[in-house]
Amino acid sequence: MYGGKVTQTRFRPDARYAWSAGEAMSRFLEELQNGRLIARTCAACERVLFPPRMFCELCFRPTDAWTHVLDTGTIETFSVSYLDTNAKRIAVPILVGVVSLDGASPRMGMMHYFGEMTKDDIRIGMRVKAVWRPPEERRGSVLDIAYFRPLREGEG
Amino acid sequence: MRKVAVIGAGMTLFRRRLQETPKELCYEAARGALDSAGLDLADVDAVVSGSAPDAFDGVHMKGEYFLDGCGGTRKPYMRVFTGGGTGVFSTIAGWWHVASGLADVVLVVNEEKMSSCQPHPQSVFAHIWDPILDRPLQPNLIWIFAMEMNRYMTVHGIKKEDIARVAVKNKRNAVDHPCAQLADPHITVDDVLKSEVMAWPVQRLDISPPSDGAAAVVLASEDVVRRRRIKDRAWISGVGWCIDSTMWTDRDLVFPEYVARAAQMAYKMAKIDRPRKQIDFAEPYDPFDYKELHHLEGLLLADKGGAPKLTRDGVTERDGDLPVCPSGGLMGVGNPIAATMGIKVGELFWQLTGQAGKRQIPHEVRTGVTQAWGDLMQYGCVVVMRA
Repeated sequence: MYGGKVTQTRFRPDARYAWSAGEAMSRFLEELQNGRLIARTCAACERVLFPPRMFCELCFRPTDAWTHVLDTGTIETFSVSYLDTNAKRIAVPILVGVVSLDGASPRMGMMHYFGEMTKDDIRIGMRVKAVWRPPEERRGSVLDIAYFRPLREGEG
Repeated sequence: MRKVAVIGAGMTLFRRRLQETPKELCYEAARGALDSAGLDLADVDAVVSGSAPDAFDGVHMKGEYFLDGCGGTRKPYMRVFTGGGTGVFSTIAGWWHVASGLADVVLVVNEEKMSSCQPHPQSVFAHIWDPILDRPLQPNLIWIFAMEMNRYMTVHGIKKEDIARVAVKNKRNAVDHPCAQLADPHITVDDVLKSEVMAWPVQRLDISPPSDGAAAVVLASEDVVRRRRIKDRAWISGVGWCIDSTMWTDRDLVFPEYVARAAQMAYKMAKIDRPRKQIDFAEPYDPFDYKELHHLEGLLLADKGGAPKLTRDGVTERDGDLPVCPSGGLMGVGNPIAATMGIKVGELFWQLTGQAGKRQIPHEVRTGVTQAWGDLMQYGCVVVMRA
């Protein structure tokens, strides 16, 4: 019974997933452990593609070279979320959004959390910098960046 | 290509939880559509169904699971899925069966039962994200809509009040829809602005909640319409669809370029070169209030950033110059993902054949457009219909 009202079946499938990261994302994850963000360039459209990919989806040809991009960037958009991943309410909101990275082509970036700022400070166009976890805690995951914080004067 | 008409439509109630099974919901919608067309299952050459992820129902091969209710047994049958776009796309799939000459009569049945998934279908959406880039951040699907809404508001300097007007309009329009889950004749802009914040800028009354329901339409060739002297028909004069990259953090979310491309494809087929003059009313996809505005711009019915003014000026009211979501939309009638066909394609059929009852647009309408949207904010499909 679920909530004493409806018949419910509990079923926990034994299906774990081991995803292949692929060539581009494997290198990306490895570089995260070094505290760096890496991209691929496409000589045809002259874009610096981030996240990196081994083929350009527009030119439909192999990309050409690896290049590092900076860990500073601009908040393109954000949300102040009072919902967790399962739509449960949380008291302290999560600040989350898209950061376009310096050195990548315009508006290319990644989703991540924001910290060292309040829901009243955060705004679109804000300049930010990645806060990396200590090297011994890095696991080759986007979580090797703890969050992005406001860029301080004199930085970037 | 052969001319194709919608000759019947049917739908169930939209509710948070319906007691019927998916199969029973499909049957009710399909039977209603056939009855409205004056046809029986024996007249149907092929069946197309549409439904969102299997995980809502907890039954894989959902298309086969509810097949009997769609009238699809012992017939050419297929299920299509284009995320939230399924609500309009399955009609396009039905259209190509008839336009190509492969079939004369096609039954299209869309079903969604989100309530089976406990405690909340939101947890199923967790599995649509990129496993390496996005999923470690434990995203909630509402986040991306909040991010898109924020970008749209900020770039164009749009106030939340002007977005809330869409919720008010649609929930009031829905009072006249017999299947509506979320109608409210008394709702005000203030109610929307004071509702609980979910993921700012998205608040409780900016969003259409999960729902159960089914809808169906019957499509027929011109020859069938003539031979059977079918009077209540609306012609499908244009179809279009387009998808952009899943790498959504590489796209500017301020404008749905993929919707514009889908619209241009449909308008070209329908010989529409001045959409604002040639289209009389619209049923764009409105799972959130801001999406109606975003999509009006994507459908080239408003300038970029200009849709809020149309709403504020009353242009998009049911008796305005360009009625938008006269059905009450997803915001007012409900959002059983694929089954929203009933208030999109279905509403165009009912309006263009003068069968919309209390929802009927008070002036004559000859051309309508509907559109749906889905996947990771990347997919648009458009259908233009004429009286």
